[in-house]
Amino acid sequence: MDISFALTGKGYVIVAADTVAARSIVKMKVDEDKIKVLSPHLLMAYSGEPGDTVQFAEYVERNIRLYQIRNTHALRPPSAASWIRRTLADSLRSRKPYAVNLLVGGYDTSTHNPHLYWIDYLGTMSEVPFAAHGYGAYFALSLLDRYHDPEASVEEGLATLKRCIDEVAKRLVVNPEKYKVKIVDKDGVREVEI
Amino acid sequence: MNSFLTRYSSTSPEADIRKAKELFDEDGDVSDVMWGSASGFGNLASGVPMFKLPSVPDPTSFLRMHTDDHADPSCRIKIKHGTTTLAFRFQGGVIVAVDSRATAGSYVASGTVKKVIEINPYLLGTMAGGAADCQYWETYLGIQCRLHELRNRERISVAAASKYLSNLVYSYKGMGLSMGTMICGWDKTVRIPEMNRDCTEAIRANCRLQGPAIFYVDSDGSRLKGDLFSVGSGSTFAYGVLDQGYRWDLTDAEAQELGRRSIYAAGHRDAFSGNTVNLYHVKQDGWQFIGNYDVSKLHYEGPGDVPGAPGTGYGYDLRVAGRTSSDAPQSEGQA
Repeated sequence: MDISFALTGKGYVIVAADTVAARSIVKMKVDEDKIKVLSPHLLMAYSGEPGDTVQFAEYVERNIRLYQIRNTHALRPPSAASWIRRTLADSLRSRKPYAVNLLVGGYDTSTHNPHLYWIDYLGTMSEVPFAAHGYGAYFALSLLDRYHDPEASVEEGLATLKRCIDEVAKRLVVNPEKYKVKIVDKDGVREVEI
Repeated sequence: MNSFLTRYSSTSPEADIRKAKELFDEDGDVSDVMWGSASGFGNLASGVPMFKLPSVPDPTSFLRMHTDDHADPSCRIKIKHGTTTLAFRFQGGVIVAVDSRATAGSYVASGTVKKVIEINPYLLGTMAGGAADCQYWETYLGIQCRLHELRNRERISVAAASKYLSNLVYSYKGMGLSMGTMICGWDKTVRIPEMNRDCTEAIRANCRLQGPAIFYVDSDGSRLKGDLFSVGSGSTFAYGVLDQGYRWDLTDAEAQELGRRSIYAAGHRDAFSGNTVNLYHVKQDGWQFIGNYDVSKLHYEGPGDVPGAPGTGYGYDLRVAGRTSSDAPQSEGQA
């Protein structure tokens, strides 16, 4: 039931994920942060099998950090996304694969390009201008086909995100109510209220 | 023994049919005189027709065994499932838009299906779920609507027509019917001068039943009145565009464009919908066929020279051509 959205705009990526941690039909927690800050310019929203998600996200977080300590520089978003995908793909052929879906958003400070990657638990990766995981995708993708603008300002980007959230609230049977929204741009990562 | 039990049990499907037969008095004690009655009798007086059923103890599970392609992909009868249909009410009437793809499993059986059934000049029905079920029963509904007209010298209301269909499919509940349909039309309008000046609450309530109307009817027996519906596997994608662009005071051109775009969105994102869009507009003087649009053409070229057309293709890549998210300084862009 996890829902996550992400979209790029002029020089930024917005990543949003709902904040519910549910088990069966019960909401166990309503303010869970499902977006990890992997490096000063890299965000990752994760969803999927409970347990796998946090384990995998923390494993990624620490390895990205380790790379940064060893090499002084952080991995750039395309490289980080490739490494994450490879880790997930290797896990798929192990005895107990991670069942985790990801949205990786980052800002490349050397080319000034925002990057967004859609990655699923099978290790499929695709660089996209906007993305969604979970039931939200069924409502948001057609909407984003229609309304997404690659040159949108942050305000316009957030307005488009609001459309997605409102549409899910309007049509999906179970509405998550609260979303955590983070933006990554040239100045780094920040959280915004929506 | 088992078949003996089911014959007399009160819960088996056979018993349901028996009960339905009694209820509708199928074997027909309706005298010929009653047929000409201008006062009319209930729509169901002539009875819901009954099918010949397989002579097995439980016809429902027999049917399910041969149609359920989730459990058994090699089953003999595959029911057409994927579809996108939509209808919405607005200031200028009702817009009805549907795709035209028929799929059987992963096979695209046809790309030129008529999913809007023209029940009569004022009523349209849409088709989602089992193609045969929808086509047969909505045509049948058309016959009953015409008979209503002849008996009562008055057009049937959308509410009544949809309720007829709803009652009909409900009598077959649990027997494998699969339909999700919208009955759309224009209920006859009393012109203001004819109305009493100090109109009572009853008259006012009656007025609310006039003008454009949409009812959603499905094979579960649900019947819902509403302003905006979308049905089928692509409905979520259609809703995504439709909900965001919908207003009551849309102009005719805007409304037609919204219908087209919403079905395009579903045709683009849903594998079981697509090929072409069929667009209808229902107004006071009946429905009007607006046009047939190829989804690929809408993607690359747009709908052509029609009211409300944006002048370009609907495709995302076309819409954002030349735009970039990069915020590299201009000078660096040169290098």
